[in-house]
Amino acid sequence: MKALILVGGYGTRLRPLTLSVPKPLVEFCNKPILLHQVEALVKAGVRHVVLAVSYMSDLLEREMKTQEQRLGIKISLSHEKEPLGTAGPLALARELLTDSDEPFFVLNSDVICDFPFEDMLKFHKNHGKEGTIVVTKVEEPSKYGVVVYEGETGRIHRFVEKPQVFVSNKINAGMYIFSPSMLRRIQLRPTSIEKEIFPVMAEEGQLYAMELQGFWMDIGQPKDFLTGMCMYLQSVRQNAPERLRTGPGFLGNVLVDPTAVIGENCTIGPNVTIGAGVVLEDGVRIKRCTVLKGAHIRSHSWLESCIVGWSSSVGQWVRMENVSVLGEDVIVSDELYINGANVLPHKSITDSVPEPRIIM
Amino acid sequence: MLKAVILIGGPQKGTRFRPLSFEVPKPLFPVAGVPTLQHHIEACVKVPNMKEILLIGFYQPNEELNRFLSSAQQEFKIPVRYLQEYAALGTGGGIYHFRDQILSGSPQQFFVLNADVCSEFPLEDMLRFQKEHGDAHSFIILATTANRKQSLNYGCIVENEHTSEVLHYVEKPSTFVSDIINCGIYLFTPEIFQHIGAVFRKNQQDVMLDEQCNGWQRAEVIRLEQDIFTALAAQEKLYVYKTDRFWSQIKSAGSAIYASRLYLNQYHKTHPERLATNKDGGPKIIGNVYVHPTANIDPTAVLGPNVSIGTGVTIGAGVRVRESIILHGATLQDHSCVLNSIIGWDSTIGKWARVEGTPSDPNPNDPYAKIDSETLFRDGKLTPSITILGCNVTIPSEVIILNSIVLPHKDLNRSFKNQIIL
Repeated sequence: MKALILVGGYGTRLRPLTLSVPKPLVEFCNKPILLHQVEALVKAGVRHVVLAVSYMSDLLEREMKTQEQRLGIKISLSHEKEPLGTAGPLALARELLTDSDEPFFVLNSDVICDFPFEDMLKFHKNHGKEGTIVVTKVEEPSKYGVVVYEGETGRIHRFVEKPQVFVSNKINAGMYIFSPSMLRRIQLRPTSIEKEIFPVMAEEGQLYAMELQGFWMDIGQPKDFLTGMCMYLQSVRQNAPERLRTGPGFLGNVLVDPTAVIGENCTIGPNVTIGAGVVLEDGVRIKRCTVLKGAHIRSHSWLESCIVGWSSSVGQWVRMENVSVLGEDVIVSDELYINGANVLPHKSITDSVPEPRIIM
Repeated sequence: MLKAVILIGGPQKGTRFRPLSFEVPKPLFPVAGVPTLQHHIEACVKVPNMKEILLIGFYQPNEELNRFLSSAQQEFKIPVRYLQEYAALGTGGGIYHFRDQILSGSPQQFFVLNADVCSEFPLEDMLRFQKEHGDAHSFIILATTANRKQSLNYGCIVENEHTSEVLHYVEKPSTFVSDIINCGIYLFTPEIFQHIGAVFRKNQQDVMLDEQCNGWQRAEVIRLEQDIFTALAAQEKLYVYKTDRFWSQIKSAGSAIYASRLYLNQYHKTHPERLATNKDGGPKIIGNVYVHPTANIDPTAVLGPNVSIGTGVTIGAGVRVRESIILHGATLQDHSCVLNSIIGWDSTIGKWARVEGTPSDPNPNDPYAKIDSETLFRDGKLTPSITILGCNVTIPSEVIILNSIVLPHKDLNRSFKNQIIL
């Protein structure tokens, strides 16, 4: 079986992290975002993953070579010369996707959840039509485009963009499975699969919805990245609690790479991910944060709702909060207050940032 | 013989010092570990032939003041007495009212010092200057140089550059007059009372003639600056001694941190024993720090520069304090961080809490800049200033209190920024 992952462009919403590393390789809960998806696909029987990218990155190519070997599958990069939207990349990869009659998966690369690929396949084969999309429940449907479908069968009636009166609380979760015959609907030009393809398929009774069980998050921007981390760690707590660190000084769900070094009198958690080679000195208080590989947090600092970039260094008695994101190799001097700062890579910060802003 | 008079004001003065002046008369607020007034008294007792120090003000007698007076007398072996005005009589009215007390024992000269300044108090230099310049009956004003803009907030003096005589005096002019400003420290001879007396008698006449007089206007209220110095200018009586040593007003609580820095720095010369040093088993000390011997400080704490720690203060592990005054009985719990703040008596700062203010230091690039007597609000917004916690305030763990003023006896339950918390 095959899968197409819509990786897209520069991942600007996740800057400053994506200035150093292509978005699919940014670690989410100590694993590159893309691998969360690829590993789940492999588990469901996928043997060939196509990444639809709109820019080429040596780093991504090399990493995918490594993963091909490690996972024993084929990973190809399908490079669009001009942005093709969410449907165009399927046309570009048409030959790859139509060399058998088997259905194939398509997913947005920013989505994190308990991936239900086996259930999708089962559901899809069961109704026998051209496409299945996964939907997830949201609290405020008026902010999204919602999917109206038949509760029992899942057959989709229509899509409603930002509904002002309640029609449904299910939204497109960015994961699809299609039969190859569906590709006849797509031309090789910039096309939105959601706006131009799905409504027609629904009209013709060819599109079905499967409701996702469990958590779901689009982690394409830092605030949601952290929210998604909390959800993911909670799901780890339920499914594989042994992966989480517990004991004195650890609160709630905390994921720590075994190579990280943690000092005395720290209080860590809830909802913290600590990457490989990270050093937390004595007396650090950290909650709801992701600390990426090689970062160093010096003693008595206090961090909440932050992403600390690779090899960054946070000084002593620093207070950092409110979705502050440090790019790669940022240095924050001692005793500063950093409130909602987005700091570009290789910057040295010597003054407090009392109100949210971007530090170029 | 010599005497000194320190004008300490009264309770309705010092409102800019709230909420700290709720608890202690402003002249007793500790700066660099000792009451503001004590710096004045220490400077006075160093002058040879100093026989008595009189404090004049309109505070009701109170326990703090009495305790301070008796300990000062014991320590300095010199009479230190408080003379209470029956009402606020102004800087000239106060000393005139108590002129018999000041003149008893027949001092040849006496100093008058305002309590709300910090200074090196070059009192002996003023005496020498008086001798060298003209007659022994001249009056001397201590002055310093300000920048043009800030001079407008002070008493401005125009001098004869050759004789140092005061040619013109104006208090807080609205346009630039001179960059030589009055430090609020004077050397007088008993003859000053003739000049104040003349103003007093004139005032009495005016009050009697004024049929509209509503009763509160008093002939006894006399201001040295506007009523006496202005008239004495260009009379060959009033001279100015200019100092380039440190000097600052202590009007607002923010200026107390700045004044502490100046005095702590002076301790290297005057009181090296008051400066904390790095010792085995003690906290890490950076720069000038005063720690009261009764304070209990974890060896992993880091203090300084410009930190004053009062009696019975408890400082936990991994605490950081910089540019701050911690008043007696306060507790800073582990990993907390206190910057540019005054922590009130018996207040508690929780673990990993951050209490931070914005320093109101004079422009460091202008040698003549003074601390701005800041306005609390500008354009309807609280101007960022040092953070002040009144007495017995509790700050919970892990919050930040930034550029805020917290009135006494508050238990906060969250972070606050740029707010006055009633």
